[in-house]
Amino acid sequence: MATFNLNINGKKQQVDVDADTPLLWVLRDHVNLVGTKYGCGINQCGACTVHLNGVAMRSCMLPISQVGEQAVTTIEGLSENGDHPVQKAWIEHDVAQCGYCQAGQIMNAAALLKNSPNPSDEEIEGAMAGNICRCGTYVRIKAAIKTAAAG
Amino acid sequence: MTLVKTTYNRRSFLKSTALAGGGMVLGFSWLASCKPSAEEVLAMPKEWFDINGFLKIGENGVVTIMSPNPEIGQNVKTAMPMIVAEELDVDWKKVIVEQAPLNTDIFTRQLAGGSQSIRQGWQGLRMAGATARRMLMEAAAKQWGVPVEELTTEAGVISHKNSGKTAGYGEVASAAAGIPVPEEVELKDVKDFRIIGTPRKNVDGKKLYTGQPLFGLDIQREGMLIAMIEHPPAFGMKVKSVDDSAARAMSGVKDVFTINSLPEGIEKQWSDTNAFPELVVVVAESTWQAMKAKKALRIEWERTGDAESTAGHAAKLDELIAKAPAEPARKDGDPEAAFKNAAKVIERTYSAPFLAHNTMEPMNFFAHVTDEKAELVGPIQTPEFLEKTISAVTGLPLEKIHIDMTRMGGGFGRRLYGHFGVEAAVISQKVKAPVKLVYTRDDDMTQGTYRPGYKVLYRAALDENNNLIAFHVRGAGTHGSPIFANRFPAGAVDNYLAEEHSLDSNISTGAWRAPRSNFIAGAEQAFLDEVAEAAGKDPIDFRLELFDRAIKNPVGKDNDYDAERYAGVLKLVKEKAGWGKDMPGVGRGVSAYFCHNSYVAQVVDVATDGGSPRVKKVWCAVDCGIVVNPEGAINQIEGGIVDGIGHAMYSAMTFKEGKPEQSNFDKYRLIRINEAPAEIETHFVESDIDPTGLGEPSLPPVIGALANALYKATGKRVYDQPFAMGSAVLG
Ligand code: FES
Ligand code: FES
Repeated sequence: MATFNLNINGKKQQVDVDADTPLLWVLRDHVNLVGTKYGCGINQCGACTVHLNGVAMRSCMLPISQVGEQAVTTIEGLSENGDHPVQKAWIEHDVAQCGYCQAGQIMNAAALLKNSPNPSDEEIEGAMAGNICRCGTYVRIKAAIKTAAAG
Repeated sequence: MTLVKTTYNRRSFLKSTALAGGGMVLGFSWLASCKPSAEEVLAMPKEWFDINGFLKIGENGVVTIMSPNPEIGQNVKTAMPMIVAEELDVDWKKVIVEQAPLNTDIFTRQLAGGSQSIRQGWQGLRMAGATARRMLMEAAAKQWGVPVEELTTEAGVISHKNSGKTAGYGEVASAAAGIPVPEEVELKDVKDFRIIGTPRKNVDGKKLYTGQPLFGLDIQREGMLIAMIEHPPAFGMKVKSVDDSAARAMSGVKDVFTINSLPEGIEKQWSDTNAFPELVVVVAESTWQAMKAKKALRIEWERTGDAESTAGHAAKLDELIAKAPAEPARKDGDPEAAFKNAAKVIERTYSAPFLAHNTMEPMNFFAHVTDEKAELVGPIQTPEFLEKTISAVTGLPLEKIHIDMTRMGGGFGRRLYGHFGVEAAVISQKVKAPVKLVYTRDDDMTQGTYRPGYKVLYRAALDENNNLIAFHVRGAGTHGSPIFANRFPAGAVDNYLAEEHSLDSNISTGAWRAPRSNFIAGAEQAFLDEVAEAAGKDPIDFRLELFDRAIKNPVGKDNDYDAERYAGVLKLVKEKAGWGKDMPGVGRGVSAYFCHNSYVAQVVDVATDGGSPRVKKVWCAVDCGIVVNPEGAINQIEGGIVDGIGHAMYSAMTFKEGKPEQSNFDKYRLIRINEAPAEIETHFVESDIDPTGLGEPSLPPVIGALANALYKATGKRVYDQPFAMGSAVLG
């Protein structure tokens, strides 16, 4: 066990965990931010996507010892009132079915739009191919990203 | 207006009492942390009046409607309350939806399965709303001294035209709670619906998109421990010995032990399917610590049954397909003679592998079992059956067991089999603490309960005028055959033979979204395409001819479909897709299928664009009776289509020496956004027939339409799923 000082959603937090604990489980088990999801644990599904210094990053294999005080943003901290353009577009397109993958999808989409405000279909597909939606909401995810880009 | 007796599940209405003091009796404490956002905030009432088990009304007119059935992503948590709200005649904006816990006194069939929630809930939900509305009106009539028949309602307001008096539901809710439950209630005419048939957004949308705790895996409780399990690495194996010394020495590890979650002699439910009731359990303070300790276990396994393999399954299915069973499942006319006299016989076989459900949220459950009672919270499609098994295993009576259903990160049939809930209860009872059981993805994917592997042989006979004179299907599958003997084309062909074989296996199987249909439709609809081609007929015309026969002069008895509705969806998709027009560079395929009481026809367009084929567009025509929530309905249809295409193209679970060869998404391929159809266009047949299933019916036929489109696009027929496996063209 070791103590880590973290910077999550703009808030300084201190946790006492094993140094190899992935960021995902620190978020979920130790700082009560359960919006970031566990899907595979091996960087294959994207359910655990967060932003690290503004860049989309899978958190399930990222040891907390490597995070340090870099800025971590989770779905809970993406916007103040759930009104990030991507979140609004997700509501407009009623994207979710079970909804379990959607936090990861939204985090990845938000990072994509930051880098590329008007992505082409190919760019969207390229950037989002790492995020599995078992319910198959892909058509809506793409439409919502376009709405968010336009808005 | 339709007058109905309120005898249906009367128990719930007898419980009508005013709930004093604003007591919110339901809702989970761990949800209390959810911060509602600005536009979501409805002024909360100071007092709630419990009108019946389905709803309560606040003095300010805000209504809480309970959603009785488990939510697995099929969106019943929005649609079921919409039905109550419709008959209650309330403003949807004033409605708060809550997930009901398991309560067999109030609700019937709290189960998510068979696409039946809306169909079987329809009458009861309407009655719950209508009864409440009537009681509110009677309360107002009494207050105003006017006959109740002179009152009307609209959007939560009661009006008396002659006197000009009006009252909001909240103003009379207190009095209404004391009104006796009416013997009869009026239900609305379909044409007067204001909520049903209008698109409404997912009631949990905002919570989902802001990461609030809704799922079983999100549960946190004071003093809660994390439990993880290790099941045998292969089917036909069990634990021999455990060396837990390394695991026990690790930080945060509380205990390691072995359990049997289904001891001999207990009364089992159908939902207790479980290949691995005996498990090694690790209990730790946190998930990561439990995961690490799991890896440190040194377990010796021993073989107790066959070590099956995919190659072995294939050989056995081939053997079965080669011979006739003792008795046919159905026989019309004289198929043998017809095949003998045929001008042309077409014969093909089709196969599909085992599939894992792979819900995005792995299996998990929270349990807190004490000597007095058990509290369970988690994702379960069959809470009523889970409760019974937990009672049998823990020895607690049913009334001491409380089950709350969380929103589920996918179901697809997997969470019909609630062994994980039972395991959580057994573990909690043993460690005497609140416990959240968590499966890793690997544990989940290798646990079994799979969609069975299937093989089917089809034969068709054409006469010299290219009329279909005989049809023969012989299907074989693990734990049951892929046959619905009384469905199309039974009833449309004079000489018909359906035969089935079942293969025993120690690999557990279970219902997987649209059971059996998820294979049959693809095979049958691809086969009919070849038969149409051999007959020199357009595939839609060919099918319509057969439906015409089944409408005008059906063959045999017990035909389990409505040929007119079948033909209806096919004609609708034909028109919408502009079938028959030339589309350079595009291969088009069509299919039609009936399951879960609904009819679906699809046209799939595949383009190769010089590379591997990709579905450009899917047209879908659906007849599911009244569409409760078009927004959610279209989403379900799209999901079924993507799911069907994805699994048919890419997914397979294979076995070697009893061991699943795929255990995570690196090896088990699921469809991704760059492989999904670019566009899906859905059309509903307008109907005032009571609603039927929607969560499953769009999946099966798309596999047939896809196979037919791939043929048009590539010139090659595909027979064995997954189509892309081993195919350089399709990969
Ligand atoms: S849980 Fe991290 S990528 Fe799947
Ligand atoms: S909405 Fe269920 S996994 Fe994406």
